[in-house]
Amino acid sequence: MLYSQDHEWINVKGDVGTVGITDHAQSQLGDIVFCDIEPAGTVLSAGDTAGVVESVKAASDIYSPVSGEILKVNEDPADDPALLNTDPVANWLYTIRLNDPSELDGLMDEEAYDLYCRG
Amino acid sequence: MTTYEKSVPGRRGFISEQSDVPVVSLASIMGEENLRKTPAALPELAETDVVRHYTALAKQNFGVDTGFYPLGSCTMKYNPKINEALAALPGFLGAHPLAPDGMNRGCLRLLAELEEMLCEVCGMEAFTLQPAAGAHGELTGLMCIAAYFEKTGQTGRKVILIPDSAHGTNPASAAQAGFTVRSVPSGSDGLVDPDALRVAAEAAGESLAGLMLTNPNTLGLFERHIVEIAEIIHGAGGLLYYDGANLNAVMGITTPGAMGFDVVHLNLHKTFSTPHGGGGPGAGPVGANKVLAPFLPGKGEDSIGRVRAYYGSFGVLVKAYCYIRTLGGSGLREASETAVLNANWLLKKLRGAYDAPHGEWCMHEFVLSCAKLKAETGVSAMDVAKGLIDKGFHPPTVYFPTIVPESMMIEPTETEAPETLEAFASAMLALYEDAHVNPETLHNAPVTTPVGRLDATAAARNPVIKR
Amino acid sequence: MTCTAAGNYIPPSAGEREALLRELGLNSAEDLFINIPKRCRVGELKLPKPLSEPELRRALEALAAENETPLFIGGGLYDHYVPAAVDALCSLPEFVTAYTPYQPEISQGTLTSIFEFQTGICRLTGLDAANASMYDAATAAAEAMLMAAVHTKRKTVRVTAATHPHIKETLRTYARFNGLSVAEIPFDGRGQTAADAMAGEDACVIAQSPNYFGVIEPMRAIAAKASETGAVPVAVCDPLSLAILESPGAMGFDIAVGECQPLGSPISFGGPHAGYFAANENFLRRMPGRIVGETGEVNGGRRGFILTLQAREQHIRREKATSNICSNAALAALRATVYLALLGPEGLREVAETTAQKAAYMRGRLEEAGVNPLFDAPYFREFAVDSILTGALPLERGSLIAVTEKRTRAEIDAFCGRGRSR
Repeated sequence: MLYSQDHEWINVKGDVGTVGITDHAQSQLGDIVFCDIEPAGTVLSAGDTAGVVESVKAASDIYSPVSGEILKVNEDPADDPALLNTDPVANWLYTIRLNDPSELDGLMDEEAYDLYCRG
Repeated sequence: MTTYEKSVPGRRGFISEQSDVPVVSLASIMGEENLRKTPAALPELAETDVVRHYTALAKQNFGVDTGFYPLGSCTMKYNPKINEALAALPGFLGAHPLAPDGMNRGCLRLLAELEEMLCEVCGMEAFTLQPAAGAHGELTGLMCIAAYFEKTGQTGRKVILIPDSAHGTNPASAAQAGFTVRSVPSGSDGLVDPDALRVAAEAAGESLAGLMLTNPNTLGLFERHIVEIAEIIHGAGGLLYYDGANLNAVMGITTPGAMGFDVVHLNLHKTFSTPHGGGGPGAGPVGANKVLAPFLPGKGEDSIGRVRAYYGSFGVLVKAYCYIRTLGGSGLREASETAVLNANWLLKKLRGAYDAPHGEWCMHEFVLSCAKLKAETGVSAMDVAKGLIDKGFHPPTVYFPTIVPESMMIEPTETEAPETLEAFASAMLALYEDAHVNPETLHNAPVTTPVGRLDATAAARNPVIKR
Repeated sequence: MTCTAAGNYIPPSAGEREALLRELGLNSAEDLFINIPKRCRVGELKLPKPLSEPELRRALEALAAENETPLFIGGGLYDHYVPAAVDALCSLPEFVTAYTPYQPEISQGTLTSIFEFQTGICRLTGLDAANASMYDAATAAAEAMLMAAVHTKRKTVRVTAATHPHIKETLRTYARFNGLSVAEIPFDGRGQTAADAMAGEDACVIAQSPNYFGVIEPMRAIAAKASETGAVPVAVCDPLSLAILESPGAMGFDIAVGECQPLGSPISFGGPHAGYFAANENFLRRMPGRIVGETGEVNGGRRGFILTLQAREQHIRREKATSNICSNAALAALRATVYLALLGPEGLREVAETTAQKAAYMRGRLEEAGVNPLFDAPYFREFAVDSILTGALPLERGSLIAVTEKRTRAEIDAFCGRGRSR
């Protein structure tokens, strides 16, 4: 699993990545009340807004860690945003077909991300 | 319960006058196909029911007339009763903005005189009274800046710099006026650092449109490098926007014009004593210097055009006019002096217990941090705020500005007596003791109110916004 | 220190202020301002000399007396009767002198009334969601336009030419700085918009009904045509007219905005009043402004109301907010809320019906006097005629006449008796 500076995680199998928010992100946001992801078929560049999660006191855009086309959106967190607080890893947000796997080189591994969060 | 739940079929709260003209079918006037099929289900209540309902609701509110309301950056000063009475004179209430000017001489004279007086208070060349609130004023002023750059062929100037201590409306208004926002971090002293600003202005280069600044800023500190700040921005080809939210600190001491600002909005419902009405209506007049005056709404061919219908929040403008006529130049200065004096006295009383991260002196308001208190006792700024409610005070602004952790922003205004400040200070210090001795009472506060703490998360997850 | 009326509102006496200064170790108030550079300082403001309350009253009464109240001018603001209870309740100081209800435990009065306002607007417009109010109809329409542009990612906007000129101007101002362009859809010889004249690919189609000339537009056709082209249909509707006219929701509109002045607010030279903003559920989280929601206590069973969905707003989202609006028009919205509660469905219908009846009567009387209507389409309370009449709102060719339930037959007859004139 790899991590972005904007606190998304991505898990890549073949040319398909699964994206979610990190535990650090959910704890910073507090009780999440809303989650909305762009529909399947949306084409994103790395850093584009793929959606948004909101808590009562904050809103956070989801920036796609990689370029590509959204394949599938997980409806569970949209229906029950609290799932993102209880398990942000099991409750992924969307899958994406990677355009350029070399973009993954710019992301952090778990150790680096831990350090980044504490930084 | 709402009126919709109290509704009883068949009850009436108002019987209108019997029509004295011949009755014709509605369909022949309005067209059968246009008529409503099902009437809107409105409340059915007697006048007594309605009067009791809203009188009971009013009792569940806290206003300036109820007690001390030190809501930082909102300038909750006393709202004079005479101003309410005069704004409700039949000659004003019946005047129609689309009637010929000859029928509106009094209204138009009042507005012209108000514009002139606001120009004097702000050191500006011209004012528009159209904007309906502070944020609307911001949008209007920023549109004037955009129009100026368009007129002068500098359409690339799209970047507005905004300190991170600014009100959220600043970046939101800039975006709505078509600008790109860049945040400028405050220095450790809470002020805009001229060197950092110079770097930001240089980075923006030819795309710099200007800087939005609140002065004194939201930490209650006067941006004392203002002359240098103005030179940096003007030197880089940008313009200076003054957010008038905190003008109450400096009336008759300095003016936005004297500080070098090009355009300013005022919040008449803050500085000029008009009531806030539970969230408006307010008024946000915009003043401009010679450079930007031609672009104000309704002033000539370069005007950006209307930003709303008619002349503005006329009733609010009447009250602000009354306020200025009552105080005059000396009175406005007295108001600012006393506002700053009251704030400093309160700061001195509180800074021993609570952290005052930006020093011993302030302007009309100051920011305390409950971060240390929270670390020691688990009691947050929100807990202290709720504890104040049980002691009969309206809480200060909490969690803003966001650059101070666990912040409480306190603005007493000039319309409070020393014994009120004393009582508030005692309450704050008592809560500080409670936090250490019995924090649980603060977590559970308030207990004296019609409802306790409400579940904001549930409200947002499953919005119920009507019956 | 001279004794001015400022003292009324500044409690500490000169002596008390000196004591406070001494406690701070300062010699004079001047010492409080040492951080303000000398070159920014100004001398005493040159303002008229301070007035005592009686002097102020005399001055303002003189100004107010210089105005005259027209009887038949409308143009978006209408002289309907305001029940005394509206004034009494909306003058209660706890409503008047409160701020935005950030602390719900001591703001249930304002919050409950806003929830009622939202409910009333939803029921009148036939839409799912309404906010706590806007500044006025024009800015509400502009916000609807911006919301539709974000939603559709389209850059052109269409508005019916017969929409109130101030609304059209406000739309153009907002559009210009947001990279949008506004085009108008012309009206035909009956004063109605030709739905067929609408082109496609617009972010939204904004249509006012009754329109500026008082004519009821073919709203179903306009909404259908807009939706067909993927544009968001936006209705601008007088809420009082919705007592008897079909609701925008039922006619296929996704958004409705309008001016609440006819619901219990005096004309007051054009402000302050409240605008309303209502939309379908799918726009809920893109809506501008405050929204109040129902919830329960964290540790208890009582119900309460609270500002909700705030993550849309400027104080959280900053430059990414759905709108910059902060203060709205709560007290003016309260007037509408109390007015609706007093009148109820029957009372509101009666006011609207009598208004239409009197408009029809006056139209007939004018025709008898040789003053003819410009348009023969359905109308509600306002109509255009072919002559320039003193005391009516001038149009390019003719005048616009507004009638409310408040006008008596005698007033109407007196006006019409003057016949074709001046």
